[in-house]
Amino acid sequence: MKPATQPNARLDARLMVLDPGASRGLHATMDALPALLSQGDVVVVNEAATLPASVHAVTAQGAPVELRLVSAGTDGLQMVALGAGDWRTDTDARPAPPQLKPADLVRLRDAPHVAWVVTGVDARSPRLLTMSGGGTEDMLMQMCVHGAPVQYAYTDRALAPHDVQTPYGAVPWAVEMPSAGRMLTVARVAALRKRGVHVVSLLHAAGLSATGDPALDALLPLPERFRIPPETAEAIRCARRQGRRVVAVGTSVVRALEGAFERWGEVRAGEGWTDLILTPRFVPRVVDGLLSGMHDRGSSHFRLLGAWLDETALGAMVTAGEEADYRVHEFGEHLLILRGALAGRAGGFGWWPRTRAPMGEGAAGFPLHHG
Amino acid sequence: MGNQHKVAWVTGAGRGLGRALSVALVRRGWSVVGVSRSAVELEETRVASAAGPGVFHPWVANLAEPDAPARVAAAASLLAGPPTLVIHNASTLGPTPLRPWLDTTPEQLLAALSVNVVAPMALTRAVAGNMVLHGGGTLVFISSDAAVEAYPTWGAYGASKAALDQAARILAAETVGTGLRVLVVDPGEMDTRMHAEAVPEADRSALAAPEQVAQQILLLLNGSAPSGWRSRAGQGAVAP
Repeated sequence: MKPATQPNARLDARLMVLDPGASRGLHATMDALPALLSQGDVVVVNEAATLPASVHAVTAQGAPVELRLVSAGTDGLQMVALGAGDWRTDTDARPAPPQLKPADLVRLRDAPHVAWVVTGVDARSPRLLTMSGGGTEDMLMQMCVHGAPVQYAYTDRALAPHDVQTPYGAVPWAVEMPSAGRMLTVARVAALRKRGVHVVSLLHAAGLSATGDPALDALLPLPERFRIPPETAEAIRCARRQGRRVVAVGTSVVRALEGAFERWGEVRAGEGWTDLILTPRFVPRVVDGLLSGMHDRGSSHFRLLGAWLDETALGAMVTAGEEADYRVHEFGEHLLILRGALAGRAGGFGWWPRTRAPMGEGAAGFPLHHG
Repeated sequence: MGNQHKVAWVTGAGRGLGRALSVALVRRGWSVVGVSRSAVELEETRVASAAGPGVFHPWVANLAEPDAPARVAAAASLLAGPPTLVIHNASTLGPTPLRPWLDTTPEQLLAALSVNVVAPMALTRAVAGNMVLHGGGTLVFISSDAAVEAYPTWGAYGASKAALDQAARILAAETVGTGLRVLVVDPGEMDTRMHAEAVPEADRSALAAPEQVAQQILLLLNGSAPSGWRSRAGQGAVAP
């Protein structure tokens, strides 16, 4: 499948619906979402806005370096250094960044009066740095003024800060766009609510998808911060009690909810960090369904869809996506994986159901309601 | 509603009506992010609101720059959190001294439209979805009678304010039932620097004080004016 290269939203947004219970899929549009869900179901979105998380800087020796935010600490930022290049240059094709050491100074390229100092180099990768300069808040403010969104080489132009926001995102925690919600417009949120679907939110600091360093990429995603508000925890508890479904919008929501469950044994209100990594072997305990961007084989995102879809279903998804020319990546089309979504609906495409899971493979089930 | 949710963003907060609104909101316990091009003027607003009980957060930005609204939204959210109230007060007269249309260049018109129409709608786009997600919020667009009356030499300003009025009305029509409340306010003639630039010969004693108009606008916010209504400060709501 080809990447969607234009950041502008398509109003006819297509949605591939996959029902692992029926072993069947259907082509729909985002406007069909309310009809695919039921009264009492809960849709959870990540209301993180996307920071201009990349700044260009210059070392004391005059070497250019791009710094991308990883996470905000109590006294400074954790950042990844990338070699010179603009939005057209894939991170993997960049030259190595200059090696920065503790106490080295960098100045922002577009604001040389702003100087940050390296306070640490992570043992896991020489590119993973901690930086300080005037306090965490001041550094984030400098990024708001002088930063740019993390760029993708497949887009047809450089991305502006407003290109990488969801319609409802507002709290600037995300380093890259939680793009699964890109098509959940105000009108669609209102339509879901009219249907009796609860649309609730949490915050998850969606992190970098690439660092240019294979060793560091292998560690992604790094621990990410999340915050679950009391209303959201209550809506999820209520849905589980009443046998309603919980649909996560994007993998950042999955990480937050399943990370909270892993940590606390339940979804409750609170803030924490999660290092949960979703793999095909992961068994979701909270999330019944997933609204996600379409992704192709080979991407880490595709791999984690294996937690909801077995290999046969994933194959059917890719075939259907190729036949209908679905677009992938951040600005691509969407996918709803939800058991029961196609109950009472005819048509679409099917796949051979895997009736028996091999011993020891946890991903076979798609637990609907959990105790 | 707890104090932590009383977050307002006010553009053009460095002087005139924007300063008066900021000070009045802080006095009522709001956390206010005030945006202006001038750090010096914002500091004066901060000092004027230092008695609290709310907090004034100054943020320097030029809303005429294309990326400014999205950057302001990120910074203001970091400073105070997402807003439940945004007052789009910043505006430009366009070229001064005011001049007839046929003496107004395309660049001058575009500059007026950038500040008076594009920036408020871009900032609206950055906040309205989140307001709806949380059940509602209020967007106030400061307009002018120049949006309605055909005053000679007020072309760039009047046309841009008319466009803003219509943008706000359409937004209101599109968001019925979402909890979003869109209000357009004509503040009338005030004793401000903008007025002095537009009408240098005006009798200042005949002009309203911005502080007085700010009180009237806050009364309007607490009243029952529904989304989409356009009002004249001090005269209640009138049908759009």
